[in-house]
Amino acid sequence: MTVTVLAVDDSRTMRDMIRMSLVPAGFQVHLAEDGVHGVEVLRDIAPDAIITDINMPRMDGFGFIDAVRQQDTHRATPILVLTTESAPELKQRARSAGATGWIVKPFDPEKLVKALTLVTG
Amino acid sequence: MTDTNDPMAEIRASFFIECEELLEALQDGLQQLEDGADDPETINVVFRAVHSIKGGAGAFGLEPLVRFAHRYETVLDEVRAGRLHADAEAQKVFFQAADHLSDLVRTCRDGSDIDEAAGEALVDALNAFLGDEEEEEVTAEDFQPLRVSFDLDLPAVEESGSAPTFRVVFRPGQELFATGNEPQKLLRNLAALGATDITCDTSTLPRLQELAPETPYFTWTAIVDAEIDEAEIRAVFEFVEGLCDLEITRTDTSNAPDIDLPPLPDPQPEAVPEQSGAEDPPENAADPETPVPVAPAPAEPSRKQTPTAASSGAKSIVRVDLERIERLVNLVGELVINQAMLAQSLDQAGLSPHSDAMNGLEEFQRLTRDIQDSVMMIRAQPVKSLFQRMSRIVREASAAVRKDVRLIAEGEATEVDKTVIERLADPLTHMIRNAVDHGLEQTENRIATNKNPVGEIRLTAAHRSGRVFIEVADDGAGINRPRVLSIAKSKGLISQDAVLSDGEIDNLLFLPGFSTASEISDLSGRGVGMDVVKTSIQQLGGRITIQSEKGKGTKFSISLPLTLAVLDGMVINVAGETLVLPLNVVVETLSVGPDDVQMLRPGAYVVRVRGGFVPLYDLGVMLGYRSPRESQDGAIVLLISLEDGARAALVIDGIQDQRQVVIKGLDDSFYRAPGIAAATILGDGRIALILDPADIIAASGQTPMPDIAQMESLIANE
Repeated sequence: MTVTVLAVDDSRTMRDMIRMSLVPAGFQVHLAEDGVHGVEVLRDIAPDAIITDINMPRMDGFGFIDAVRQQDTHRATPILVLTTESAPELKQRARSAGATGWIVKPFDPEKLVKALTLVTG
Repeated sequence: MTDTNDPMAEIRASFFIECEELLEALQDGLQQLEDGADDPETINVVFRAVHSIKGGAGAFGLEPLVRFAHRYETVLDEVRAGRLHADAEAQKVFFQAADHLSDLVRTCRDGSDIDEAAGEALVDALNAFLGDEEEEEVTAEDFQPLRVSFDLDLPAVEESGSAPTFRVVFRPGQELFATGNEPQKLLRNLAALGATDITCDTSTLPRLQELAPETPYFTWTAIVDAEIDEAEIRAVFEFVEGLCDLEITRTDTSNAPDIDLPPLPDPQPEAVPEQSGAEDPPENAADPETPVPVAPAPAEPSRKQTPTAASSGAKSIVRVDLERIERLVNLVGELVINQAMLAQSLDQAGLSPHSDAMNGLEEFQRLTRDIQDSVMMIRAQPVKSLFQRMSRIVREASAAVRKDVRLIAEGEATEVDKTVIERLADPLTHMIRNAVDHGLEQTENRIATNKNPVGEIRLTAAHRSGRVFIEVADDGAGINRPRVLSIAKSKGLISQDAVLSDGEIDNLLFLPGFSTASEISDLSGRGVGMDVVKTSIQQLGGRITIQSEKGKGTKFSISLPLTLAVLDGMVINVAGETLVLPLNVVVETLSVGPDDVQMLRPGAYVVRVRGGFVPLYDLGVMLGYRSPRESQDGAIVLLISLEDGARAALVIDGIQDQRQVVIKGLDDSFYRAPGIAAATILGDGRIALILDPADIIAASGQTPMPDIAQMESLIANE
């Protein structure tokens, strides 16, 4: 079964990187440019996992996670946060916002796939 | 650079394009801050720009860029969090940092070298905002893609040869489901490590009526028998660390760890579910990773603000390879030529102008023109990026000569052909440097003359009558005409006894070899004079004029064609040659009567145009097609208007047509003939030269009559 992933990042480079890492690994990738866009995309799809950046215009990653967790369809969907910091307090904040896990940037495809495998089984 | 198949290289290229956009947003944001904006979104935008550059740079291992961006971002984060006030001094450093960042982006892209010292100084300046608590080595460590280690609190497990056995007790806490984690997946990942035997303790499951569906009740115990170390097991549970009780013990006897405990018996299930949530904080405090004092919590403020922040009104954008656009532009050019040919053959076939074919052709013409405009629109870009570069030039130049200078940019949204923008950068840079260095006075002189001590340079762009006008104006002392005159004389550019008008003196600046070497500073003196500026502008089909008023300042005006590809032209005959004159310079056509032409001196004629006199030029003579005629009686004359408002009359033999022509540049292998701007292909397939009337007149050495008042009265009479 194909694993569907929604990746939300305002940086085109990051979106490209994510897509390039995941598509060859057999994932189906949807992309969104910020939190608001991400919420819109989620109206039509039910991904198996979500990857989101934190710093984004319009709606940041925390706002986005909140919004996702409030929807019955997506409240149990694993959400991975992209973060440049590996500091524990940032992980803690991501978690208390409802994130499932995190990926420390810069990431390589292997790392990304591994993190996704961790949360999607 | 993108023609390689390596997707990574492609993304890298696109990263650098994105960097340019981010740098522009950064400049914009800083400018808004400088203009007094203090809403949270502005500083957020600035922060995000730097942050995104850092993120991408990290992905490509661009160490120096990451390091500097991180330092910059950290300071911006202080501002964002309200712990640091961005005063004028800070803003100055931010601008410099933005400049340096863009240098770094370019050096990373092109693999060139960078001025390390400047970077160091800026890092110091940025550090100064942070105080002492910041730890220097953070940046370097922070971004190495190191694997987070989880075994810090345990002695390393020595390898013993035989496969170790671990006993893993996993008891999910209350919060685990809320974060989207799932015990089943975790256990499956655990099982993927090797031979694993998992048992579930269901004894704690309450009766159905007491069961809360989202509370975990079970405890799993897994015996993992595989060639792995404890860190790998912990990695499986990385995301739920602190959200569950996890006990990992090594049970194989060969290498009994220091903790010589028997496997834990009953894991006291009744206490667990309710308490695990409350136990989170202490659990987390004991996190084996040392908390690194990195950028202080960027998230909290943004989290509150961002949902209310207004959308930045992003347009949806498609990126297209420039080559494809070029191809389209060329094809449209061919279409225009083709359409002209068709029009000509229909005309020769003697069709009535009211026939269906002619009507259809008219429609065709209109569509062609629309397509052409649209294609040109694709190539057009706002001059904003160019102006932003200029604001940097002003900052650097003013610092170098220790003058306070403010750049006021207007009309940044004016769109100009991309090629024109690119080729304007050098001349404009030079003009701006000149304005700062020579145009503006030293601060003390400004104070002495009761001027604002801060000099002002105004950079404006606007569309006017089918052309683009760009002006660089300073409020300095104006051109020192006696000095310019004496320099020109001493260099032998003009004769010692030449008497020149103010305008003529100003124009001496454009003479090759004028460059005022005696007053060269390290800033603008690079062997490039205004003559080079003028040539570059002319190569773009543009013109540059100069206006100066003593004590008030100097203004350079550049006028450029909107596009380099097509032109509305008047097709004329001169001495049997077919030539094209840009239609926008033509004011009216006249035919000359016997008494209309007067001779001022031999070779210099004027023509009477409704009570006024306009200098008369015979195009055939000026272009060397024929010798002067005895009389211009009955000649057809085109009255043209030049950028500076001056008028001139050109004698021609006949007018063929008005039409759109596709400009075909003349190769560099041609000698640049004065007055010839380019060439085109006409409807009948023949080649015609496109004239530059101002250049012809300038080359004639005879100035057109700049008597604007007279001309205006003439127009008023019309």
